[in-house]
Amino acid sequence: MPRRTPFHARTAALCTSQNWQDWSGYLSANSYELDHMREYNAVRTTCALFDISPLFKYHVRGRDAGRLLDRMVTRDVSKCRVGQVMYTPWCDDDGKVIDDGTVARLGEDFFRLTAAIPTLDWLQDNAFGLTVEIEDVTHDFGGLALQGPTSRDLLQQLTGADLGSLPYFHLVDDKVAGMPTRISRTGYTGDLGYEIFVEPKGAEAVWDALVEMGRAYNLQPAGNVALDVVRIEAGLLLIDVDFVSSKKTFFEVQKSTPYELGLGWTVKLRKKHFVGREALRREKARGAASATVGLVLDILALEKIYAGYGMPLQLPYTSWNVAVPVYADEDQRNHIGKATSGTWSPILKQYVVIARVKPQHAELGSHLFVEKTVEGRRFAVPAEVVKMPFFDPARKKEMPS
Amino acid sequence: MADYDVIIIGAGHNGLVAAGYLAKAGRRVLVLERRERVGGAAVTEEIFPGFRFSTCADGSGYLSAEVRRDLKPDLEILAADPVVFAPQPDGSRLAIWRDTARTAQEIERFSQADAERYPAFVDLMGKLAKVVGGLMRVPPPDLPDVGLRDLRSLLPLAGPVLSLGRKNVNQLLRVLPMPVADLLDEWFESDVVKGTIAANGVRDLTWGPKEAGTAYALLYNWALSDTGLFRSAGVVKGGMGALTEALAGAAGSLGAEIRTGAPVKRVIVEDGCAVGVEVDGETPLRARVIVSNADPRTSFFELLDPYSLSAGIVRHVRSIKYRGSAARIHLALSELPEFTALGGEDPAVMLRGPIQIAPTLTYLQRAYDCVKYGEASPRPYLDLLIPSLLDPGLAPDGRHVMSITAKYAPYRLRAGGWEARTEAFADGVIDTLAEYAPKIRDVILQRRTLVPPDLEADFGLPEGSPSHGEMTLDQFFHMRPIPGYARYRTPTTGFYLCGAGTHPGGGVTGIPGRNAARAVLEDWS
Amino acid sequence: MMAEYDAIVVGGGHNGLTCAAYLARAGRKTLVLERRHVLGGAAVTEEIHPGFKFTVCSYVVSLMRPEVIRELELARHGLHILPLQSAFAPMENGDYLAIYPDEGSTREEIRRHSKRDADMAPKFNQLMYEMAFAVKPIVGMVPPDPSRPGLRGLRTLRDLGRHLQGLGRETFHHLTKTMTMSVADLLDEWFESDIVKAYAALNGIIGTKLGPQSPGTAYVLLHHYMGELDGAFTAWGWQRGGTGGVSDAIANAARSHGAEIRCEAPVARVLVRDGRAVGVALENGDEIYAKTVVSGCDPRVTFRKLVEEKELPEDFVAAIDRFKFRGSSGKVNLALDALPRFTAMKDPALMQMIEICPSMDYLERAYDDASYGGFSKRPFLDIIIPSTIDPTMAPPGKHVMSIFVQYASYDMPEYGNRDEQRDAFGNAVIDTLTEFAPNLKDIILHRQVLTPWDLEQKFGLTEGNIFQGELTLDQLFFLRPAPGWADYRTPIRSYYQCGSGTHPGGGITSGPGRLAALEILRDRN
Repeated sequence: MPRRTPFHARTAALCTSQNWQDWSGYLSANSYELDHMREYNAVRTTCALFDISPLFKYHVRGRDAGRLLDRMVTRDVSKCRVGQVMYTPWCDDDGKVIDDGTVARLGEDFFRLTAAIPTLDWLQDNAFGLTVEIEDVTHDFGGLALQGPTSRDLLQQLTGADLGSLPYFHLVDDKVAGMPTRISRTGYTGDLGYEIFVEPKGAEAVWDALVEMGRAYNLQPAGNVALDVVRIEAGLLLIDVDFVSSKKTFFEVQKSTPYELGLGWTVKLRKKHFVGREALRREKARGAASATVGLVLDILALEKIYAGYGMPLQLPYTSWNVAVPVYADEDQRNHIGKATSGTWSPILKQYVVIARVKPQHAELGSHLFVEKTVEGRRFAVPAEVVKMPFFDPARKKEMPS
Repeated sequence: MADYDVIIIGAGHNGLVAAGYLAKAGRRVLVLERRERVGGAAVTEEIFPGFRFSTCADGSGYLSAEVRRDLKPDLEILAADPVVFAPQPDGSRLAIWRDTARTAQEIERFSQADAERYPAFVDLMGKLAKVVGGLMRVPPPDLPDVGLRDLRSLLPLAGPVLSLGRKNVNQLLRVLPMPVADLLDEWFESDVVKGTIAANGVRDLTWGPKEAGTAYALLYNWALSDTGLFRSAGVVKGGMGALTEALAGAAGSLGAEIRTGAPVKRVIVEDGCAVGVEVDGETPLRARVIVSNADPRTSFFELLDPYSLSAGIVRHVRSIKYRGSAARIHLALSELPEFTALGGEDPAVMLRGPIQIAPTLTYLQRAYDCVKYGEASPRPYLDLLIPSLLDPGLAPDGRHVMSITAKYAPYRLRAGGWEARTEAFADGVIDTLAEYAPKIRDVILQRRTLVPPDLEADFGLPEGSPSHGEMTLDQFFHMRPIPGYARYRTPTTGFYLCGAGTHPGGGVTGIPGRNAARAVLEDWS
Repeated sequence: MMAEYDAIVVGGGHNGLTCAAYLARAGRKTLVLERRHVLGGAAVTEEIHPGFKFTVCSYVVSLMRPEVIRELELARHGLHILPLQSAFAPMENGDYLAIYPDEGSTREEIRRHSKRDADMAPKFNQLMYEMAFAVKPIVGMVPPDPSRPGLRGLRTLRDLGRHLQGLGRETFHHLTKTMTMSVADLLDEWFESDIVKAYAALNGIIGTKLGPQSPGTAYVLLHHYMGELDGAFTAWGWQRGGTGGVSDAIANAARSHGAEIRCEAPVARVLVRDGRAVGVALENGDEIYAKTVVSGCDPRVTFRKLVEEKELPEDFVAAIDRFKFRGSSGKVNLALDALPRFTAMKDPALMQMIEICPSMDYLERAYDDASYGGFSKRPFLDIIIPSTIDPTMAPPGKHVMSIFVQYASYDMPEYGNRDEQRDAFGNAVIDTLTEFAPNLKDIILHRQVLTPWDLEQKFGLTEGNIFQGELTLDQLFFLRPAPGWADYRTPIRSYYQCGSGTHPGGGITSGPGRLAALEILRDRN
């Protein structure tokens, strides 16, 4: 029996498309209408509201809470100030990525970890010998992501917290619509936005207040289809798509390291110890075997391919996430990697793709070829390595003046 | 600047053997022992005034011939024959003698067929044990990545394997993972014969004879014994403490320094290398190599900092099964007890060696069944020794000491702790014994019982496991103490293990110590 | 004497049929002789009660080798397997554990019992998947003889070595541990909730006379994880029409290639001339000659009933006599007037697979009860109600229930004669199940009870062992059924074996049948 999030009564009433999917055992809306484009545009022009309750959440408390997380994740948690949130991956002994998520410091010895896959056992295993209390609070909090340019103004109407002074990747505990919530300036859209966590009993009140107030701000409930387009624009990786958890596969070929995923910046080898450090230290010295890059497809070339069939250019309306080959040459002889997800970006007017390629082809400006099947025939579409995020508006991090 | 070439943590017999070999190879060696005396679990203690006991470890005669040859410890072993005296509930008895023909005659009283098969059994098991003995003396290959070096180190096995003959190679592979009960069922029909032999497959394990791997335990004992049979028989003059003192003396005369009352708090690790140790209240001592005689859990989690260990190692070490399940009961006796089964025979001869109360396979298995539910056996399997018969100096004139290994007494009782149960268990042991020696209670002057938690507290044996981790098939050879680190080395460069938790395992053999010393020397350059 | 056939296969069990199908497919003129009136051996469906079809013995499918399905085009010949995706295990406190088709619901369900276990469960399945992947090449391999490997054997061993190295160290270490552990110890490393462990443990004891705490049971668990359905490892399935449908499909495949199959044609003995099998003599006295004779029966029947002892070397006979059968399971099949009502069951969709394994202690005590003879007073029950997914099994609204029961002994004289034993055993099963489904006794229209002895009588399974011999380490791979004779050949020329008593062992795998046929064809080329 699929679980229902604390917002289900509200989301179900709005989800006219009945387009749901399984997210960690919960029903999760893919799009509220049959077409996702209004939801997409809301993220980039007004604001959108996502139900992110299925995210796994853990509370870590106690004298060694920081040491536990520092042993587990690659980033230096000792540097995380109270009220700060850190994005970080965590790895196994071989330095292969298990998952990524955020570490939020809620108090001197009190942290919250969010994760995409169940992580209680891994936290417990790493807590060996430490004085720490770990609690799986996944079901104890519903989560909403309010994302888009007008999100701050909207949310500010409902809370006493001074959002104007809340920096990117920081959080504050304050009421929304009279309900105690935890508001962090984080998200999976690469835009200005907030994530709001609330206990189930207050969930519907918070939803209702946001939707009510949202009328003035063109708030749009949004689902996974729109989310996947914006996260690609933001250059954010998706588990099971752009990488596979090393706990979910035992095939080396499917595993990857933070360096290979472009997350080298999160690996703090200066830390005395964390799980996977030795392997990552060796990898850093040796150089990673692959690199994650952003590609922009040459749509003029693609247009020509279609023209060959007497057809106009066709572009994907939603994102795709089944890996396709990447080549160094147009003849598709020199296979150098795979493109793991891609989408047409309506806001950038670019065909953007996330790919993993051999490191010598990862430099900005490199010219590669991505396989594209047109009318049942494979073509190599020229593409250029560009900087990720593809879309990175200043408002994401900016403080209002 | 290193104060020593090698610091060995713990002066148990394996630490002392390692010290002896390393000193002999010219290394400056320091042995640090927590307790006030050397010996670890192999000690002699005057538990009651005038009565001296091998409190914890028993079973002399297992010290490997190489160690005796190379280190020349000054010890005297008083051999016993029979190798086993096994009284039966009906008043009959089976004695196992060093002489196969004589044993066969004994067996005839229970089964003609078994008597006929016994010599062949001894012959085949002896051959298989030779291979097992060879295996014990080589470092386990680092499976699955077998290198040329591993193959070279396995070369000494070629002789015993070739001498097995083709058919017996298959027998070896078949027998190793078997239950000892199945093995004996294949050979014998008499319950008495089977029970008597099977006891030696379970004595060091928390298992009954029907569990797979107990045949290996039998071969392990066989490979080490000095009788050519499945167990040694005899005592070290002066008790087990005399053995470790002799090893300490040997190591000392080879140049090793031994300090007692020096508990090591932790190993100092710099850049992934062990560089010294911290002793309580002293300036740290530095050495090129640190060797731990402690069990693997203590070595990894207390001597090293578990925070810095890989998740995999933490998981493997945490899942080592220790599971001590034998209690030790020491009795001061006013005189030699009378066993019904002796008939008119001379007790001074018949009782010199080990005495086994293990009448049948079913008896052993039922005794074990209790462990599965966290209970102690109401009718335990008993292994008795009266060392004062061969070594009268252990007790006042005319009096005797008896030490009993009683199984099964699991480390954890599911209902309540041991505190309230120890004496009741010991009463059960004496009751059981009284079925074979009815007047035993009349001759007991004093009694001291040590259950597994006591052995843990007194001798640092985790969970009271004398072998620093059960000698089961999933914890032997390349998986001992943990997979990937079976060659005495650890992930911390310069930190080695030499205790019974390493290959080949428990028993006062000195083989882990010797193998570890060889690993240290191999890496030295 | 003219050979009428290229090959005669004795026994129309699924392996015999598979072997015949492969031989016929290669153009050999092949005859299958089945003792009973119905094909399939233990993989058989029979209408025991009018309108109700029972999978009398084996009941689920998963281990069927995918290459057999492909090569014999079994889907075309009637193989139709419906996945069994949910399970229900009631507990003694009125709670239950359920397994659902999707991971999320299953995780939420396990969370009720332990949050940690909910996280661990998919990882445990992952590990088992990994182990099954690791042993997959071994399952499809003709075992080499390590004592006399020959060039081909050496190549096989080399490939095996490379494969094991290719697994990676962690996997290899897990594998070697898993091969030798008890399923209880394995699960203790992963789970904390007793019901989760008990549910996971049941596949470690099915078909063995071992309790969950007995070493070797982790391997049995792994054996049951080797199944594949449509490329998905570890899934169980239900053959439409019962497991007899699998046998029928294989028989159809064999016939389509020209094989001849005769039922009610019991073979009395295999005809041997000058050390060579030349045909068979039927019980009615007819003799049929063939160039090759293959036995799909278990090793005891193949070598001790079908041929005379003088045709076999002495040590081979000894090895076959040593081979352990020890049937431990029985079967109760019920025709039901309605669906049973399980007190703890809230979701009727769970009425598919029902496991009576309420705790680890329950399973262990069930084993203890029977390990000294007799049967478990409260047995472990592995139940399916196929009529909920397959309407061909029972009239509309009525149901059949297949109950696999452990443990029972082959001889249970304490319960009287065979009929009384059967009744007592059946009553224990029904009484136990009624504790969890109180309306059961009211809805039983007919019951069929089979003790291990009945399984032997009906299906020729020695001592009622459903795997044609225990799956213990000393009886696997190159030791199955006897060292030196694990390559499907026998000491008698042109006499072969293809039953589950050979590698890779029991379950509806067709693995032995296929590998035997390939070896036979190899010899004839």
